[in-house]
Amino acid sequence: MSNSFELCVGPIHPALKEPIQLDFEVEGERVKNVSFKLGQVHRAIEWAGMRRNPIQILYLAERICGICNVCHPMAFSMALEKIAEIEVPKRAEYIRVINAELERIHSHILWAGVAAHELGFDSVMHYTWRVREKVLDIIEMLNGNRITKGVFMIGGVRRDVKKEHIPKIRQALQYYRDCYAKLEKIFLKDASIKARTRDIGVLSKKEALKLCAVGPTARASGVKKDIRVDFAYAAYPWLDIKPVTPEIAGLKARGDTFDRILVRLLEVKQSIDLIEQCLNDLPAGPILAEPVLQKLLVQLKGVEGESIALQEAPRGELIHYLKMAAQDSPYAWKVRAPTYANLPPLIPMLSGCEIADIPIVAASIDPCISCTNRVVQIDNDDSILSMDKLRELSVQKTNKILREVKK
Amino acid sequence: MGINTLNRSLWVFHVNTGSCNGCDIEIVAALTPRYDVERFGIKLVGTPRHADVLLVTGAVTRQMKDKLLRVYEQTPDPKVVMVIGNCGATGGVFYESYNLVGPVDRLIPVDVFVPGCPPRPEAIIEGVVKAWKKLEELEAAGKRKKKRAKEAKE
Repeated sequence: MSNSFELCVGPIHPALKEPIQLDFEVEGERVKNVSFKLGQVHRAIEWAGMRRNPIQILYLAERICGICNVCHPMAFSMALEKIAEIEVPKRAEYIRVINAELERIHSHILWAGVAAHELGFDSVMHYTWRVREKVLDIIEMLNGNRITKGVFMIGGVRRDVKKEHIPKIRQALQYYRDCYAKLEKIFLKDASIKARTRDIGVLSKKEALKLCAVGPTARASGVKKDIRVDFAYAAYPWLDIKPVTPEIAGLKARGDTFDRILVRLLEVKQSIDLIEQCLNDLPAGPILAEPVLQKLLVQLKGVEGESIALQEAPRGELIHYLKMAAQDSPYAWKVRAPTYANLPPLIPMLSGCEIADIPIVAASIDPCISCTNRVVQIDNDDSILSMDKLRELSVQKTNKILREVKK
Repeated sequence: MGINTLNRSLWVFHVNTGSCNGCDIEIVAALTPRYDVERFGIKLVGTPRHADVLLVTGAVTRQMKDKLLRVYEQTPDPKVVMVIGNCGATGGVFYESYNLVGPVDRLIPVDVFVPGCPPRPEAIIEGVVKAWKKLEELEAAGKRKKKRAKEAKE
């Protein structure tokens, strides 16, 4: 007889900020197996996007996720710019990078607070959230709002970085450099944090590659992949940047929770440097390829084609697929958010750990459920295709294409 | 502000019914040092059974409907429901979606709406003050009812 029993967590649970259901099979204190139920936050965004025009979609894309609300509209506009062959002015590319990196600082510091909260370290959580307010002030100064910014436009950005903004941004960067030492001391030197995170929730390099982990989760396991370097976009080709892995701090990548904290903290430092570089070589010039929106809409109405835009969001690789068919709204729009790729690696991480470690290990991939929920199963009926059926259909289609090619 | 002292701290439970996180992080921002509502005794609690105020964010998705109703029923009376953000109030940008059963006031009675996408922490705090007033009224009404019932018995 098996000693294991089932433990269900969620969708509403104090340790989870967002609805997701986790089913654990536990034996005593040990977790044997994990499975997820997703779909609680499915709001049919892609479906709504296919009924709106590209400029309205930017607004919608921003609301896919409240934390990564720079990378979604940016990826969407990049995909559309590729189809419509719009060249973004160089100054706009730099401002895009500044916004993206400010978002990364805000997201990673927010995550550090959540991680501290999951470890039961509430004083650290309050400290990190206080530190985070500074970057929100800068975002508000640049874009007029703390969270959702509405700064992106197809072919550029809507708000410029003005001359009087630059000293304030530099001051904020200096503030973060000063705080960084303290954050580093708290997270990397503290004995109790080390005891709770070292060798807990390990994801080996082999498994990270096999399960296609992305972003900081993959980099903490020693996989050197970063879209900003591998498929450089916006102003990243002109900046000095390399993927952050624990090796940079002179440590061997072990792929545990501690390494994931380390990578995120190092990325905050990297973002500070990147913004500094952007401010130093910010070129002059226009910020929009086509300032008259009506003209832009007419131009976009006629475009045809498909494209994929890749982005390094704070949580990892983000993919937007877009197909335009000379209509007002896109023919197809598909979003693959980083957390979608990072959920399978959570299974080897959580299997074998103790129940008390579940919150911090689950939080260590920085899950963003509202980004992930793109599909939902509403009713159980025959129209749902199983894996085998899908495979059979793909084989049929491949054969059909092969026959057509032979003709 | 017209608040008489409530004889206890205000405890809050937060339900995410399909929000984008924007409102959720602003709620946490209101609790943390810059805005610090914890100094007034307002704090997030782990279960609706301890809560006086229910904060609801997000346009309610089909999957979260019964969960929201259950959380509402688990909250003891007198209670106040606050909706944070445009989605919960009107559906917001997702108004036409096939997977929504909201807005929230279609499912449970709502006392305070805080509009914004997301609302600033200041706006959330103002909403809490309104909720507090409402709760005092409810509490006073409850006491009067009890008193009348006692008198009728005598």
